[in-house]
Amino acid sequence: MQTPTLFALLLLLVLVAYGTGFSRAIATARSRGGVRSLASLPNYYGVHTALWCGLPALVILGLWMLFDDAIIRTLVLGGVADKPETISGQNLLYAQIQNLAAGNLIGATTPQIQAAADHLVSLRQSGRWMQTTITLILAAGLGVYTLLRISPELRAREKVEKVLRIILLACACAAIFTTVGILMSVLFESLRFFQSVPVTEFLFGLHWSPQMALRSDQVGSSGAFGAVPLFTGTLMVSAIAMFVAVPVGLMSAIYLAEYAGNKVRAFAKPLIEILAGVPTVVYGFFAALTVAPFVREVAQSMGMEASSESALAAGLVMGVMIIPFVSSLSDDVINAVPQSLRDGALGLGSTKSETVRKVVIPAALPGIVGGVLLAVSRAIGETMIVVMAAGLAANLTANPLESVTTVTVQIVTLLVGDQEFDSPKTLAAFALGLMLFISTLILNFIALHVVKKYREQYD
Amino acid sequence: MSTMTLNAGEAVPAQKEATQPVAEQTEVKSRAANPNSQVDGTVGSPFCDDAKLRMRNVNVFYGESQAIHDVSLDIGRNQVVAMIGPSGCGKSTFLRCLNRMNDTIEGCRVEGELSLDGEAIYGPKVDVVPLRARVGMVFQKPNPFPKSIYDNVAYGPKIHGIASRRAELDEIVENSLRRAGLWNEVKDRLDKPGTGLSGGQQQRLCIARAIAVSPEVILMDEPCSALDPIATARIEELIDELRENYTIAIVTHSMQQAARVSQRTAYFHLGKLVEVNDTETVFTNPEHDLTEAYITGRFG
Amino acid sequence: MTDLTQSNLTQKQVRERIEARLASRHRKEKIFRGFGIASIAFGVLAVLVLFTDIISKGSSAFVQTDIQLQVTYDPAALGIETVDEESLAWANFDAVIRNALRERFPEVTGRRDKRELYSLVSNGAGFELRERLQENPQLLGKTETLWFNADDDVDTYVKSLSKSKEGFLGRTSEQKAQWILALRESGELEKRFNTTFFTNGDSREPEQAGIRAALVGSLFTLLVTLVLSFPIGVAAAIYLEEFAPKNRWTDLIEVNINNLAAVPSIVFGLLGLAIFINFFELPRSAPLVGGLVLTLMTLPTIIISSRASLKSVPPSIREAAMGMGASRMQVVLHHVLPLAMPGMLTGAIIGMAQALGETAPLLMIGMVAFIVDVPHGITDPSTVLPVQIFLWADSPERAFVERTSAAIMVLLAVLITMNTCAVWLRKKLERRW
Repeated sequence: MQTPTLFALLLLLVLVAYGTGFSRAIATARSRGGVRSLASLPNYYGVHTALWCGLPALVILGLWMLFDDAIIRTLVLGGVADKPETISGQNLLYAQIQNLAAGNLIGATTPQIQAAADHLVSLRQSGRWMQTTITLILAAGLGVYTLLRISPELRAREKVEKVLRIILLACACAAIFTTVGILMSVLFESLRFFQSVPVTEFLFGLHWSPQMALRSDQVGSSGAFGAVPLFTGTLMVSAIAMFVAVPVGLMSAIYLAEYAGNKVRAFAKPLIEILAGVPTVVYGFFAALTVAPFVREVAQSMGMEASSESALAAGLVMGVMIIPFVSSLSDDVINAVPQSLRDGALGLGSTKSETVRKVVIPAALPGIVGGVLLAVSRAIGETMIVVMAAGLAANLTANPLESVTTVTVQIVTLLVGDQEFDSPKTLAAFALGLMLFISTLILNFIALHVVKKYREQYD
Repeated sequence: MSTMTLNAGEAVPAQKEATQPVAEQTEVKSRAANPNSQVDGTVGSPFCDDAKLRMRNVNVFYGESQAIHDVSLDIGRNQVVAMIGPSGCGKSTFLRCLNRMNDTIEGCRVEGELSLDGEAIYGPKVDVVPLRARVGMVFQKPNPFPKSIYDNVAYGPKIHGIASRRAELDEIVENSLRRAGLWNEVKDRLDKPGTGLSGGQQQRLCIARAIAVSPEVILMDEPCSALDPIATARIEELIDELRENYTIAIVTHSMQQAARVSQRTAYFHLGKLVEVNDTETVFTNPEHDLTEAYITGRFG
Repeated sequence: MTDLTQSNLTQKQVRERIEARLASRHRKEKIFRGFGIASIAFGVLAVLVLFTDIISKGSSAFVQTDIQLQVTYDPAALGIETVDEESLAWANFDAVIRNALRERFPEVTGRRDKRELYSLVSNGAGFELRERLQENPQLLGKTETLWFNADDDVDTYVKSLSKSKEGFLGRTSEQKAQWILALRESGELEKRFNTTFFTNGDSREPEQAGIRAALVGSLFTLLVTLVLSFPIGVAAAIYLEEFAPKNRWTDLIEVNINNLAAVPSIVFGLLGLAIFINFFELPRSAPLVGGLVLTLMTLPTIIISSRASLKSVPPSIREAAMGMGASRMQVVLHHVLPLAMPGMLTGAIIGMAQALGETAPLLMIGMVAFIVDVPHGITDPSTVLPVQIFLWADSPERAFVERTSAAIMVLLAVLITMNTCAVWLRKKLERRW
C-alpha cells in the first residue's frame, strides 16, 4: 500500500476510535445515571481512545520509514558475494542495483547485480506489506483494547493530559536533539577526517589547498589541510566588520536612547532595523557588485593595489549588516540602566555625554560586552557575504585589500556540487564546521551568561 | 470621612488671596477642608528677606496637563525648608525645577520666575552644568554609581575639574565623607563598591557625593523614604549639621521629619501651594483648613 | 563638625574652576553628540544606498526588449506535414524564425552576417512557436505577426540607450546595432513588461530566466517549515513556560535554546547534510529537507517569542481559571493560549521571514541545483529565491545583474510585507495588560 493511503486509513481509524470512544462512554454511563456519573467529559474518552489508536501506530510507522532504506540496503549488500571494500565502491554498486530495480538500465549488468536487484525489489514489496499490516493491526488492536477498558471510573481527562504533557515535553526537547544532532554530525565526520589528516596539521598548518586529484597518479594528489589561513581570514573579515558595527551600532543606540526626541526615534529606529531584515545573500550581492569595485577604485586612486575580492569590502558590508544587531542589543542594556543613576550624575552637574561615558556605559558594560560577543559569533558564522565577496584563495596575509578566504567560504565550496561524501575534501568541511560550532558555542555561552548576570543586577 | 465635608455647605465664597505677606488672615479658618476644594492662593508667609532661592508664579506642565499652579515661594539662606503634602501634590516636581532636573523629562515645561541669588534659573543663557553644581540634589532612592566609594565622591570634583592635584582630590573626598558622617565607617574600604553599603550608608554617600562639589543649595527629594528609622535619624541629624553651610530644601512624606529638621514648612495640595509658615506654626496652629486636615491625618 | 572647611578651597575658587572648564566640556559634549548623529546618519545612509543601488540596477529587468516578426508556419521549413505530437517534437521552429528574420532584412547575405542576424532573437523563440502551434494546429501554413523576446545582448544594448546616446555595445557588433536601431525606428522593437521573468524557471539564457520555479520552491519550503516549526515551537514554549519544573533539566533546555538561536545557520546545513541526506537518505535539493533544516533553525526564534507572549498573559487569568477548578492543561488550552496567540503568530511570521531569506544552509543540502521546471511537491528537486539570487549573482552575463537585482526586489518586497503584517498584527490584536 502506498504511504499516503496508509496515512489516510490511519486517520480514518483514529476518527472512528474517537467516535466510538465518545459514544461508548455515554453508553456505559447510562446505566449509572447519565453522563454526570462519568469521571471526565465524554469527549475526553474519545480523545483517549483516539490517542491510543493513533499514536503508537504513527510512531512505529515513522521509525519504519526512517530506517527501512538502511536495513534493506544492508540486507541487499549482504547478499552480494564479492562486494567492494570501500564505502564509495559500495555506494556505486548499490546505486547500480537501485537503478536496475527501478528499471533505468545503465551500463551492462552482471547476473550477480541482477540477482541483487531482484532481491531489492522483493524486499521492498514484502517490507511494504509488513509495514501496512503491522501499522493497521497495532492501531486497531490498541483502539479496541482501550475501548473495552472504558468505564465511568476511568479518569480519561487525566490520562489524556498526561499524554499531552509528554508530547509537550518531547517538543521542548527538540532543541536538545538539535544540538546533539549537530554535535554528532560534525563530530563523527571530523573524527573520520582526523584519521587521514592529523589534528595538529589541521590546526597549525599554514597551507590550505583541498583540491585532491581523483586518481592517485595525478599531480598534486595530496591536498594540504592547514587551516590557519582560513582562521586568520575569518578573523580579519570579522575584525573589519566589528570595527564598523561596534562604534556605529553603539553610538546610534546611545543617541537614540539618550539624545533623540520621539520623532527622530520613531523614524530612525525602524529604518536602521530594516538592515537586520535584509537577507544576507542581498548583502553579498551588494558587496560583490557595488562595494568591492568601489573599494578597489578608492584604493587605486590612492596608489594601492586592491584585489577585486578584498577582505575590506566583505568586512565593511558585514559590518553594516551587524549594525542593527549591536544597536538593538545595546539599546536593551542601556535602557536597563536605571534612570536614577542618570539623575544622580545629571544632578551633580554632568553634561549628558559625561553621564553617558562615565556612568551609563560603565554600568552597562557587561551587557554591551555580551552583545558584542554575540555579534562576533555572528560575524564568524556569516556565510553568504563572504562566499560572494571574499575570495577562495587561502592567503595568509594581513593586508585587508587582498583577498582572503574564511571557514564558512571553504565549507560551502567543499560541499556544494556533487561531491563524493567520503573524501577527505568533504570531510574537511565537517572539521571546519566543528571548529565553527565550538567557537561560536563558546562565544554564545559566555555572552549569554554575561548578559543574564547583567540583567539580574538591575532586576 | 464625614468631617471632611462638615462645613462644605457653609464655605465662604472664594476670596482673593494676596500674594504678598499679609498679617491678617482672620477669615481663612472657615474654609472648607475638602481635599478637592479649590485653593486660590497661598496663606502664611511664603516670602523672606534674605532669600537664597526666589520663585514667583511658577507653573509646570507635563504636555497638556498642569502639575504646578502659580506657586510663589522664597527659600532663605542657610535655612531648611520642608515641603509636605499628599502624594501627587507636585512637591517633587517643584523641587526638581530648582536645579532644572525637569529638563530631562520630555514634554515638561516650566513657566514663571525662578532665581538663585538674583540670577534667573531658567534664563536663556543659563548653563545647567554650573547651576547643578551650585544646586545639588539627593534623590528618593539612594543611587550610588556602580563604582568604588572613593570614585563616587570624587566623581563630581573630577568632571568639574575642581581638584588640581590628586592630594587635593583625596582631601575633598575625605572632607565630604566626614561631613556626611560616613568617614569613620568607610575609611578602610574606600575602594569597595558603593553599592555594597547599607541603605542608610548609601544615602549618606549620595549626600557626600553632592557636597563634594561645594554646592550652595542642596535639594533633597524624600531622602529617607527608603530607609529604616535608625538610618533616618542619622540622616536627620546630618541635615541639621549641614544647615550651617548650606541652604536646604527637603521634600518629605513624614510630617514628623518636617517638624524635626526644618525651620519653615510649605504645604502643597494638588499642585498648589496652600500654606507656608514657620514649622512650629504649621504644626501647632495651621492657618488653612487643608493644612490642618493633612497634619491631623485626615487624608494623606 | 561645623568647623570643617571644604578643604582649602573656598566656594568662590570652586566656581572659578568649574567656569574655567565649561567651554571645553561643552565642546566635548558637542563632539559626542556629533558622533551619535553621524552613526545614525551612517545607518540610514546604508539603508538608502543599499535600496537605491538594488532598485536602480533591478527596475529595468521588469521590462524586456521584444522584437516583432512576421512568421510563416511553413511546413517546408518546419519539415513536417501534419501537426501531431511526434512531428512537433522534431519540427525545426528555429528555421521559421530565421526565415522571418531574413525576410525582414533581405540585404543580409554573408554567412557570418546571417548568423549575427539570427542572434537578434532569443533562442527560446522556437519553443514559443511550438507551444503556439500545438495549441492552434490550424495555423500550419499560415502567417502571423508575433512579438518575441530579444536576445539578452540586444536587451542590454537597448536598455543602455536610454542612459547614454551611444549605448553600451558589449558583445553587440556595430552592424547589429544598426539593425536594432532600424527595428526600433519602425516600431518593430520595443520594451514591454517582462512576463517571462514571472512565468519561467531558471535558464542559462538571461532573457528566458524567471523566478517562478524559485518562488514556488520557496513557498513549498516555507510551508514545510511553518507546518513543523509553529506547532513544535508553541508546544515547547507551553511546556517550558507553564509546566516545566524548575530544575537542571529545564535549565539545560533553556540554555540550549538560547545557544541554538545564535548558532551560525551554515552549521544547520551541515546537520541537514549529514543527518537528513546521508543518514536518512531523503532526496537532495528537495523542499522537504530544506524545510526540515529551516525548521530546526527557526525553532529557537519561535520558542523564544512564544514564551515571551505566554509570559505577558497575567497570572491573574490563570488563577481565575484555576479557581474555577480547571486543570492546568485546561487553563492553558482554554485561556492562556488564545490570549497569547497573536504574539505567537507575530513571532512565527518573523521566524518565517527569517527562514525565507536564508541561503547558506540550503546550499549545503543541494538546493543549488539548476532547476528549470516548477516543482510540484515537497520532494521535487527545487531551488528557493535567495539561492536563485546567489546563482544568478555568480553568472557572468551582464543581463543577469539586472535580473538578480529584480529578484532581490521581489524577495525584499515579500519580506517587507511579512514584517509589516507582523507589526500590524501586533498592534491590532495584542492586548496590553
